[in-house]
Amino acid sequence: MSFHGKSIEGGFRQPVFDAQATFRAVMEALARPGTIQKSLAAARPPAPLTPEAGAVALTLCDHDTPIWLDPPLQAEEAVRAWLAFHTGAPIVTNPSDAHFAFVSYPATLISLDNFAQGTQDYPDRSATLVLQVETLANGPAIALEGPGIRTTARLAPSPMPRHFAEQWVQNRARFPRGIDLVLVAREGVAALPRTTRITAEE
Amino acid sequence: MSTETIARYNFAYLDEQTKRMIRRAILKGIAIPGYQVPFASREMPMPYGWGTGGVQVTASVIGPGDVLKVIDQGADDTTNAVSIRAFFQKVAEIAVTTHTGEATIIQTRHRIPEKPLQEGQILVYQVPIPEPLRFLEPRETETRKMHALEEYGLMHVKLYEDIAKHGHIATTYAYPVKVEGRYVMDPSPTPKFDNPKMHMSPALQLFGAGREKRIYAIPPYTRVESLDFEDHPFEIQKFDQPCALCGGTDVYLDEVILDDRGGRMFVCSDTDHCEERREAGHTGHMSEEAAQ
Repeated sequence: MSFHGKSIEGGFRQPVFDAQATFRAVMEALARPGTIQKSLAAARPPAPLTPEAGAVALTLCDHDTPIWLDPPLQAEEAVRAWLAFHTGAPIVTNPSDAHFAFVSYPATLISLDNFAQGTQDYPDRSATLVLQVETLANGPAIALEGPGIRTTARLAPSPMPRHFAEQWVQNRARFPRGIDLVLVAREGVAALPRTTRITAEE
Repeated sequence: MSTETIARYNFAYLDEQTKRMIRRAILKGIAIPGYQVPFASREMPMPYGWGTGGVQVTASVIGPGDVLKVIDQGADDTTNAVSIRAFFQKVAEIAVTTHTGEATIIQTRHRIPEKPLQEGQILVYQVPIPEPLRFLEPRETETRKMHALEEYGLMHVKLYEDIAKHGHIATTYAYPVKVEGRYVMDPSPTPKFDNPKMHMSPALQLFGAGREKRIYAIPPYTRVESLDFEDHPFEIQKFDQPCALCGGTDVYLDEVILDDRGGRMFVCSDTDHCEERREAGHTGHMSEEAAQ
């Protein structure tokens, strides 16, 4: 793997404070499913990794967290080099080995049960998927219920993985095992923890 | 020695790799409400039992824009609260307050403030023993399996034995709760008076146990039910007199011994709540106004 300018540049300007702000955005998004948190710090990773997904990677990933990349990201050497330089996270090809998965094109994502679900004893040993979507508010709407939501919440992300509603029902049925989704777009970050139920679809 | 010549700590004391590790544990805790996430707890510059778990959680969450409040048994001015507040003023240079309404992060040892918490606030609990089943089953391998299988019969037996011995459930603090109908959780040694405040709270609740190396969480608007029986429903403590200083009746009271002849008074455990009430003109039978 060769290092060049593109893989070294594009990190956080203020690593400590940018990571804190991004973490708080992700934490709020996960604690309040359906809300869109805007205070992500700016990272400038090589395409097709987006600035928002790059910020999440810089905030949460390091040598302890193997990363899985979807084929478009995996194919881009600059992306792998950028993640290697800035996070030190190993990149794995087996999705069940990954703690984090970055997905540039959710519509063709392999099914969610390929990723680590955790065990009944240790449900925390599961994967967090970061999906780069085009929009969080202007796609087909889904209604959400569950912890973090007072009555119901609404989110309209697009594109989402194939048969997402069915896949999510299965993911929910595995509780406390299951994966968590972090959705990033230009608008900010939203999240669907494994506890969230999708109650209606547009 | 001037501060410029000595090395300075990273913002909020912890190094960035440690913060990332704790932050990942917090996210898992939020995704699995009530489940105790193991984490690599660090040595902190204070002894275990002084809130090292809560301090690590606060340090990983806090940013320059936050306003921190620290309470120990409801009070802002006791040793533990004062030293943790001073710690974060020194290592994070953040703003602090004693007013519940102004705080964005409240670190607490064994109380939940009386003033209802708001959306956007984060309550960080210091937890000594995170495992609610630990005194019933000392083996971690067993308690982990009990949580995995949702096998909580032992806890109900314990509460039932209370009833058999005392005629009522005698557990008054660290009263076990069930989170979102799944995990039985220790709310830390808060009085059971505070348990109903956890249910559907608009605030995010994070729990840190430093010595035991566990982090857990309750997201906002999450069901938190105190364990009980149909014929012995959960009840909170009731006091037969109001706060001696502010006259509050729907608050948790501390007993203060006044002399060696049986003199005593009951005052609000939540000092900020009591002060706000007195500023608003409320008086109790032992307040200065009443004495005059």
